[in-house]
This record gives sequence, structure tokens and C-alpha cells, in this order.
Amino acid sequence: MTAALKSELRKLLSTRLWWILLGVMVVYLVFIGVVMAFSLTIETPDGTRMMGGVDAAVAVYSSTNAIGYVFPLLLGTLAFTAEHRHRTIEQTLLVEPNRDVLLASKTTATLLLGLVFGVVAVLSIVAGGAPLLVWQGDGAYLTDPDVVAVLLLSVAVMAVWAVLGVVLGALVTNQVVAIVAVLAFTQFVEPIARLALGAVDALSGVAQVLPGAAADAVVGASAFGAFGDDGDMLPRWGGILVMLAYVVVLGVVARLTTLRRDVR
Amino acid sequence: MVSAPPITVERLTKRFGAVTAVDDLTFTVEPGRVTGFLGPNGSGKTTTLRMVTGLARPTAGRALVGGRPYADHPHPARLVGTSLEAAFHPGRSALNHLRVYAPQVGVDDRRCHELLELVGLAPYAKRRVGGFSLGMRQRLGLATALLGDPQVVILDEPANGLDPQGIVWMRSLLRAFAAEGRTVLVSSHVLGEVQHTVDDVVVIARGRLVHASPLGDLTRLAEPETFVRAADAGRLDALVAERGWHAEGEAGGVLLRGVTADEVGAGAFAAGVELRQLTDRVVDLENVFLRLTADQEVPR
Ligand SMILES: Nc1ncnc2c1ncn2[C@@H]1O[C@H](COP(=O)(O)OP(=O)(O)OP(=O)(O)O)[C@@H](O)[C@H]1O
Ligand SMILES: [Mg+2]
Repeated sequence: MTAALKSELRKLLSTRLWWILLGVMVVYLVFIGVVMAFSLTIETPDGTRMMGGVDAAVAVYSSTNAIGYVFPLLLGTLAFTAEHRHRTIEQTLLVEPNRDVLLASKTTATLLLGLVFGVVAVLSIVAGGAPLLVWQGDGAYLTDPDVVAVLLLSVAVMAVWAVLGVVLGALVTNQVVAIVAVLAFTQFVEPIARLALGAVDALSGVAQVLPGAAADAVVGASAFGAFGDDGDMLPRWGGILVMLAYVVVLGVVARLTTLRRDVR
Repeated sequence: MVSAPPITVERLTKRFGAVTAVDDLTFTVEPGRVTGFLGPNGSGKTTTLRMVTGLARPTAGRALVGGRPYADHPHPARLVGTSLEAAFHPGRSALNHLRVYAPQVGVDDRRCHELLELVGLAPYAKRRVGGFSLGMRQRLGLATALLGDPQVVILDEPANGLDPQGIVWMRSLLRAFAAEGRTVLVSSHVLGEVQHTVDDVVVIARGRLVHASPLGDLTRLAEPETFVRAADAGRLDALVAERGWHAEGEAGGVLLRGVTADEVGAGAFAAGVELRQLTDRVVDLENVFLRLTADQEVPR
């Protein structure tokens, strides 16, 4: 397993993909940090602000999760689908015929890189948002326990998104299909579904267990929440369980279907 | 000398829907010899090799390396070096491609460099594989297979894309492996390509075994051809007619099919025909191969 993990880490780090994704994520999240901090702290003509104090800080910092998660998700998805796209899966299975070890090592390697993405994402959003929060708002609140919790949990959630990408890629295998599915779901289907389902009382429970909503529940705040049109959220532990359930279900299904068949 | 494990294929069958790619195939690949695995396009060579290396699951039968399925070996890639279709991530450098698989094969970076040196890719170590030519990819695939200095070597069409020097080099490499006692299995769809490399041949057509023997035995299946030129063409023609030999006129003499030079010489001597030339034509194995693989009902 150590050898397999080493092999998977080398795969991730030996192409340009990871730092391109990381670079774009940094630029994007610094920008989002500035925009969020600006929009929450700016005074409207009647002299009020949308949000102040620690709430504003939490709302800004938690947008890592609401907006940045597509990067680790893509990282994970591409980690697996690239093997099929470039047919390197054959060589991979030649050196590691055990599919369990393969899935476990790929998942672990991506989890580790996902943690790096998480740390960098948090640093980026803080770099973008904190100066404005200090200058225009009530402060950066970087030592506030609520803020610290948001930052740390954001790192963890980003890593889980990366793992979710791996199991999704393991299941779907076709790179184009997987990327389209990830982008369509995260950028279009889920946001709309969350709004639509959240608006109907009977269905808001369904909205809560969508992966993005579960991730928001873990972090404890969301971009939706910041603008006040969010439904109820799961408790933190509930969000964690739902996210892990996605990972386990997709992983098991992938193991029993795609990873069981002959490659080709 | 090491004693390498043999490869045994037992009643191996693989169906893809209605297509039977490999059909009840049985053969053994012995250590210390180079075995040529021959068959026309689509005859099931790659499919067989994929089953031997655990990439495809047999519909029936089994393929073993050293008495066990490939995947049951604790470190299969250390024992068996395999190069099937050369596939690489285009964005990865040649060196990194090897480094990616090195941990499970149990070798370090130095060995990766060594192999690039061996296959002649050392100058391109840091270059991304996306820009590699077919021959360079083939060489990198070979380097990957040989990372662990394996006792068993399985190569699918290794000569594809190689230049003549490359082919000669590959030939001597495989000969050296066999001399060291390793088990070597190479596939090809052209017999001529491996004729000077292999000790044994396994010939398949439409997924079925049509012939397995040492290369020498294949030679015996070939129809002999003898070119003969006589001082008096008329007397030679009479002799040919008398013996019922199959003759074809050719540049100043006749080409006799199905008769050895010995028989022709003896016949001419007995009939008192003066011969000016009596030549044993080099047996054309490619023809034997074509005949073997083209027949509808295959001889065993
Ligand atoms: N995954 C697959 N699905 C369906 N059919 C397949 C699959 N793999 C191989 N085949 C079929 O099995 C047969 C044998 O193919 P295979 O690739 O083993 O031949 P080959 O001897 O390696 O040919 P070549 O000399 O062209 O490489 C062919 O008819 C091919 O179409
Ligand atoms: Mg083939």
C-alpha cells in the first residue's frame, strides 16, 4: 500500500494539472475574497451594512467551500479518468492488480493533495477578504473560535471534495462525461435544485442532503446563507455523515461495477 | 543461471458478445527460449496476452505464470515485465513515467535512468511523452516492462515502429534474455519479423491454436523448392514429365515444387541428364505461416 500510495502521489504531481488547478483556484478565491468582503462591508446610502462583526468574517471565509470546491473535485475526477483517457490504467493494473489497493491508494493520495488545496484555498480567501474586513468592516476575526472552526473545516471539506472526485471518476471513467457531469451538477443543477427544493417546505429535507448543502452544513455557513435565502441546514455532524455517505456509496458502486470489469 | 517460471495457457477462451476472440487455446512458453506468438490481425494475440497478465478475465480456461494467475503473485511486475499497447500520459516526462511505476516494481530513480539509457532515451528523459515518435514510445514501453529486471518478459508486437537498428538491437536483447534463462514471449503478425529471434513458435488463427513447435519443425512443414538447369533442356523436361514433378519455367531453368534437391539430383543422375545447376531454395516460412493461418479447417 505504501508503494501504491507513492506511485499515485507521483502520478498526481508529475503532470501540470495540479498546479494549473491550484493556480486558477488561488486567483479565483483571492478575487472572491475581495468581492465578498467588499459587498458585505460597504455602506449602503442609508448608512447600514449588510453584515458586520464576526458574521461578516464567517460569511467571507466560508465562500472557499461554496465556490472553491470545484477545483479539488476536478482534481480528483481527473486523477482517475486520465488513466482511462490515456489508457495508462493497463500499466497501473499491471503493477497493481489489486483493485482495492488501487482505489484506496488513489483516494488517499488525492486526499493528501486535497488537504493542500484546502490550506491554499483558505489562505487565498483570507488574503483576499481579511484586509477589507479590517479596513472597512469590524476586523478580520482570525482568532475568533467560530472563524477558526470555519477555516479548519473548510480545509477538511475541500479534501473530501477531492476524494469525492476520485470515486466519481472511478465510476464514470469517461473523462469528458465526468467533467461535464461535475461542471453541470455543481454550477447549474445543484444551485437550482437547492433554491427550488428549499422553497418547498416538504422538499427542503432533500435539498439538505445535496452534496453542496452537506458541505455547507459542515463548514457551518454558506454563500446562500450570507444572502439570506437558504433553507434549513443539517447539523455539522449530519453534513459530515452525508458527505462521507456520498464517498462510500460512489466508491462501493465503482468498485463493484467499473473496477470489476476488464479494462479497455 | 536462474530458473524462470514458464507461462502456461490452458483451454483459454474469451468471448466478447458473439465474437470468440480466443477459442480453447492451450500452449506452454518455456524458460530459456524465445517464443514467438504468431497470428494475423485480429486472431486474438493481444487478448490472450491480456488474460495472461490479468487485465482481462477469461470466459473459460486459465493462464498461469509459474503455476499461478498473474495477479496472485505478490509483486507481479517484478516477476513479469509486460509491454502491450504502449500508453502514456502525454503530459508526463519519460523519466517520470518510469518513476510513477517504480515504487510497486520496487526500484529507485537510478534504475529508471539506467533503463532510459538502455533503450536509448536518456537524452529525452525530461521531455514530455506527448511529443514522442512511435518508435520512442515503443522503447519507453519496453523500458517500463524491464524496470524490475523481470524473469518473464511479455511483449506485444515489440518491433512496431522500430527502425532497423532498433529491430536488430531488440533481437539481440531477447536472445540475451533467453540465454540468461528467462522466459520470453513476443507476439507478431509477421513471421519474418521474428524468424531470426525465436526458438519456438505458437501460431494462432481466429483465436485457435494452429501450430506449436520449435521453429525448426515449422521449416519441415514448408514445401521444398529446387531450381534446376540442365545442359539439354529437352531431356530435363522429359525427366520432369516422367517423374510427374510440378515444374515452372524460370530464368534459364525450371523451378520444381515439392521436390528436394537430393531427389532431383538422384533422378537426373539415374536418367543420365547432365545438370548445370541444382539449387535448394531457401524455405519461405512466411508461406507456411500464410498457409497455416489461412486454412479454414486447421491441421493439428
Ligand atoms: N474489448 C473488446 N471488445 C470486443 N471485441 C474485442 C475486444 N478486444 C478484442 N476484441 C476482438 O477480439 C478479436 C481478437 O483481437 P486481438 O486484439 O486479440 O487480436 P490481435 O491478434 O492482437 O490482432 P493484431 O495483430 O491486429 O494486434 C478481434 O476480433 C477483436 O475485434
Ligand atoms: Mg494485437
